[in-house]
Amino acid sequence: MNIVAVTSCPTGIAHTYMAAESLEQAAREAGHTIAVETQGAAGATPLSAEQIAAADVVVLAADVEVRNRERFAGKPTVAVPIKRAINDPSAVLDQAAAAMAAVPAPAGPNAPVPPAPPAARRPVTAGEGPSGATRVRQWLMTGVSYMIPFVAAGGILIALSFVLGGAQIATKVNGGTFHGVSYPKVTDISNLLAQAGVAGVLFKIGAIAFSMLVPILAGFIAYAMADRPGLVPGVVAGLLANAIGAGFLGGLVGGLLAGGVALAILRIHVPKAVAGIMPVVVIPLVSTLIVGFLMIAAVGQPIAAATRGLTDWLNSLNGTNAIALGALLGLMMAFDMGGPVNKVAYTFGLASLAAGNQQVMAAVMAAGMTPPLALALATALRPGSFTKPEREAGQAAWLLGASFITEGAIPFAAADPLRIIPSLMMGSAVTGALVMALHATSPAPHGGIWVIGLIGKPLAFLVALVAGTAVSAACVVVAKSLGRPVATRAGALPADSRHVAVAG
Amino acid sequence: MNTTELITTELVDLDLAAGDRAEATAHLAGLLAGAGRVTDLDGFLADVRAREAQMPTGLEGGIGIPHARSAFVTTPTLAFGRSTEGVDFGAEDGPAHLIFLIAAPEGGGADHMTILASLARRLVHRSFREALLGAADPQAIVDLVDREVVGK
Repeated sequence: MNIVAVTSCPTGIAHTYMAAESLEQAAREAGHTIAVETQGAAGATPLSAEQIAAADVVVLAADVEVRNRERFAGKPTVAVPIKRAINDPSAVLDQAAAAMAAVPAPAGPNAPVPPAPPAARRPVTAGEGPSGATRVRQWLMTGVSYMIPFVAAGGILIALSFVLGGAQIATKVNGGTFHGVSYPKVTDISNLLAQAGVAGVLFKIGAIAFSMLVPILAGFIAYAMADRPGLVPGVVAGLLANAIGAGFLGGLVGGLLAGGVALAILRIHVPKAVAGIMPVVVIPLVSTLIVGFLMIAAVGQPIAAATRGLTDWLNSLNGTNAIALGALLGLMMAFDMGGPVNKVAYTFGLASLAAGNQQVMAAVMAAGMTPPLALALATALRPGSFTKPEREAGQAAWLLGASFITEGAIPFAAADPLRIIPSLMMGSAVTGALVMALHATSPAPHGGIWVIGLIGKPLAFLVALVAGTAVSAACVVVAKSLGRPVATRAGALPADSRHVAVAG
Repeated sequence: MNTTELITTELVDLDLAAGDRAEATAHLAGLLAGAGRVTDLDGFLADVRAREAQMPTGLEGGIGIPHARSAFVTTPTLAFGRSTEGVDFGAEDGPAHLIFLIAAPEGGGADHMTILASLARRLVHRSFREALLGAADPQAIVDLVDREVVGK
């Protein structure tokens, strides 16, 4: 048997090489030939195209995504957790032999093609990789790690623009009325510097960088799943998530969808004549069409309807208990950070401001500052609960939170939504309720701590902010320690042997 | 190519007394810090814990390989502990008797890492493990690693 293998592990200094050595040893003993590409910290010597072409079977022993996996498209493939390759390499080779046998030998040009059942035409993937939840987390983390620099660059530029240009800078660039002064929209970007100054330029650059958050997130989630073929449908799904106002949660869904569709298309076995144009034409076209259509038709319309419903509901609540309204707005601000629910709450704050109610605006602003601040605090208190890119994002989050740039929390929420989002909602609800209870006001729709001079009862505003930040940070720390799988049991048992026969 | 040894006798503890993997790791990391290979013990331990939390590093055959690439590591280094009663590192088949704490510098280039790669490759060989189990004193461990991994 002629085998090519890739080994890869999270740190890239130990398991990658142990697995390579184990597989080489076992293959030698069994009389197979094997070439192993170690995707580790010592650099990889890539498998040559000839080696791959000559291989009967591909073995992927990896706990992280294998780079350039599309090279192996169409080959029988066995994917195993890396520890299995170290502990029991002969069993992995047996699995590889079984996968090879399950794929019909390629028919010669003149041989009649038997109508193989669809299942047998696909490359056979035997064995399970890391467990489902672990894999999803890996995909999300890949997307998040590419997104973080955009959050940092865009967020800090926007924060700087508020520091230099004051709270009106956003209105100066986008047009509208701020604090009784009307500004024309900057329609020609070449006039930006003259019309809005250096601060306006910083704001615009930051806003453009921010507009890439969701496309990058969705694109690289799909990239982690399906490698390069996932990138196009993923990025387009992210752009569409922006266009339909679906926020980063829409981007998460779109990215996973795009990766899944690209993978599914990759597994379709096509005749050699078509295979050449698959990667350049067919896969990008078909996957983007399917994913784009789903995003617009199946995701976009429900979101638009839900946004309308939420807005009407909030309006009907106006005039009821102010503290409960503050808490509710807080929950909404922290739910999706720039997504539809957050936007409904923020728009409600703007409408209240236009109607002369500055308290609601203050509640919305403070509740939107809490999430990044709480995560900055949590990463400082418990660095061990966070990945390295998250700890770095945590440092930038201080400035972003202080500047009411709620997006600073997205990397954390996207990587671990079930733990992070509820925790952030708790603290923002506290902040929103406290602002209303203590009657702090804000005439400014953004600017965060930099417009503290305009805030009515600034001390009350700060108290609400600190209280909510503390609550959210505490919740994040607790949530991160709860229910964290201590050991990934992936690969301990094949799925079938987990069934327990119950008599009767 | 580098003047610092991968392992020295002060980085070997043939009588590792530790109840669990946190203690074992902390003890070996203490040796690294004592030898100046790690600049911030707590920071390094946090990085090792984070790696261990992703997936336990215990392997069949009584081996534990806690490891991390960390900004607090000055040079690729190995600390070795041998435990008679064993320390649980999450392997299916029982506790680890041979524990290798592998410390890699964060920004280390590829050639820095090749030495650790060849160490990892030796670890899967039964003869290497048995020699480590049977070594009489720390100098024997250092000689073994130098011969088998570094190729001296």
